Amino acid sequence: MATQHSRSAARMMLAPAVVLLLGWMLVPLIMTLYFSFKKYLPLRGGDLGWAGFDNYVRFVTSSAFWPSVQATLIIVGGTLLITVVFGVLLGLLLNQPMWGQGVVRILVIAPFFVMPTVSALVWKNMFMDPVNGLFAHLWKFFGAEPVVWLSDASLFSIITIVSWQWLPFATLILLTAIQSLDGEQLEASEMDGAPVLKRFYYIVLPHLGRAITIVILIETIFLLSIFAEIFVTTGGAFGSRTLTYLIFQRVLESQNVGLGSAGGVYAIILANIVAIFLMRIVGKNLDA
Amino acid sequence: MGQIQLNQVTKSFGDVQVIPPLDLTIEDGEFTVFVGPSGCGKSTLLRLIAGLEDITSGHIAIDGADATNLPPAKRGLAMVFQSYALYPHMSVRKNIAFPMRMAKMPEDEQNRRIEAAAKALNLTDYLDRRPGQLSGGQRQRVAIGRAIVREPSAFLFDEPLSNLDAALRVGMRLEISEMHERLKATMIYVTHDQVEAMTMADKIVVLRAGFIEQVGSPLELYHKPRNTFVAGFIGSPKMNLIEGPEAQKHGVHTIGIRPEHVQVSKTEGTWKGTVGVAEHLGSDTYIHVHETGLGDLFTVRISGDIPVRHGDTIFLTPDMEQLHKFDENGLRLP
Ligand SMILES: Nc1ncnc2c1ncn2[C@@H]1O[C@H](COP(=O)(O)OP(=O)(O)OP(=O)(O)O)[C@@H](O)[C@H]1O
Ligand SMILES: [Mg+2]
Repeated sequence: MATQHSRSAARMMLAPAVVLLLGWMLVPLIMTLYFSFKKYLPLRGGDLGWAGFDNYVRFVTSSAFWPSVQATLIIVGGTLLITVVFGVLLGLLLNQPMWGQGVVRILVIAPFFVMPTVSALVWKNMFMDPVNGLFAHLWKFFGAEPVVWLSDASLFSIITIVSWQWLPFATLILLTAIQSLDGEQLEASEMDGAPVLKRFYYIVLPHLGRAITIVILIETIFLLSIFAEIFVTTGGAFGSRTLTYLIFQRVLESQNVGLGSAGGVYAIILANIVAIFLMRIVGKNLDA
Repeated sequence: MGQIQLNQVTKSFGDVQVIPPLDLTIEDGEFTVFVGPSGCGKSTLLRLIAGLEDITSGHIAIDGADATNLPPAKRGLAMVFQSYALYPHMSVRKNIAFPMRMAKMPEDEQNRRIEAAAKALNLTDYLDRRPGQLSGGQRQRVAIGRAIVREPSAFLFDEPLSNLDAALRVGMRLEISEMHERLKATMIYVTHDQVEAMTMADKIVVLRAGFIEQVGSPLELYHKPRNTFVAGFIGSPKMNLIEGPEAQKHGVHTIGIRPEHVQVSKTEGTWKGTVGVAEHLGSDTYIHVHETGLGDLFTVRISGDIPVRHGDTIFLTPDMEQLHKFDENGLRLP
């Protein structure tokens, strides 16, 4: 029974959690905003007073800004494309009855449990190393010149690594969606004369719409801020500097907290633009 | 167009033989109903005919041509599923158009058939809705619409009305019968429902564990069940089967008498018993009688109402004309 008394008691009980959550989200955000208007160079004089919009102007006009936005979008887009396409294919494959199904499913999910730093290092040293990597050996076996992956095809390499990490997530979600498809619908379409590919296009794919939307939205949130994979592989060189990485360099390498904070605010704006676009394109799948 | 012939068809799932060798011919234009207890293989048989399940051995011929290895789409049959199996993301119009689209039929012909089907099935106002926005009965009609636009040589129905409420069921039953009269198409219909089987069928096929127990017209099955299984399965409430001394008086192993062929009296009769539960349906009354000395519970059905109370003594007199006799193997004796 919600009396006046118990309601105010409930508010009191909830208050610590609410305050904690608010603090958790608001304090860092407000601090970022605060520093973005400051000229703050920790090793070169510390707090040098207010800077107005200087940091914002400097951050966008820097020659590294637009390339970093572009690199971010390419990595996010490329990874989404690869994980969704292969996630659907793997999901369909894993849905087939086969020998050792349980083990195979666990193996497919395994990459998701590997820490980003570790997986990036494994890829860098064991696969993509131009001298000792597996790919180098493979290329040499066929008589080709080994590719120096991380410098010659840096974005592609990072997309590969990140896709490898996120493919299990996409596969898992899409597999459960495929499993929830009513078998009678497929049988009905088979009787209606739809061959395999048309069944996939007209029945399976629309059924997966919502799951694909979820995969895209969730992955985007995490992919916009990938860092470790870049840090341990290219270190932001060879055109692989994303917005997140640029901010990191401004704050820690050039020790300019104000400039980095302004970049952080831009990152928030970029994330929101991407979110609005995504909701426009795929969000309608979530209704009904 | 639409004669279906099964020749020594069997089906096994792994080691389990669900359908033992089975022969059955369904004539063109016939309304055939498969009935049988749950798990006896009715759906499996239907799916074998549809081609959704591969047969283990034997042959299926449709209109005289061998169809054993033909894919479902090439058999020219249409199926209506129990769950309707409508495509949820397509409008009603698109659902109905789907088989024609797959057959690459010209657009105007498609539209003509959709309009005709929608009119016949009272769906004209719903063509632009999604299946999720329809009632159960409307969905069922869309499923039927999707089947008829293809003008198949035969329709297969797997318990199409079992998800509907009783009133709607009666309506749809009539509509399907009406459609059968109009289209003169072969129809195979699986059901649990006695009334559906008796009222709709030209021919009933009674199955038990994959075996065909009897094939015949509804009245043939009612009046001349070939064995005790069919006798007990067809008719509601089910036939009273009596073994022991009472049957020996007639010189047979088992006698059967339907509940509606028993006279009831409070004063005199052949058998005496105690009234158990009486179910008053208004038009009829079913009385379950205990302690008759005839074995199991005995059921009688009398038209109209009768003032009996739980525990009353009651006398029963069977109509000798309607007595069924069976031998020790359960087979009918003349
Ligand atoms: N895919 C399958 N794998 C193994 N056994 C199956 C399969 N499909 C059906 N069976 C078995 O075959 C038998 C017949 O099943 P079927 O679905 O034809 O029964 P039914 O007569 O339609 O029953 P109901 O009236 O309950 O729908 C059952 O014993 C069932 O367990
Ligand atoms: Mg069934």
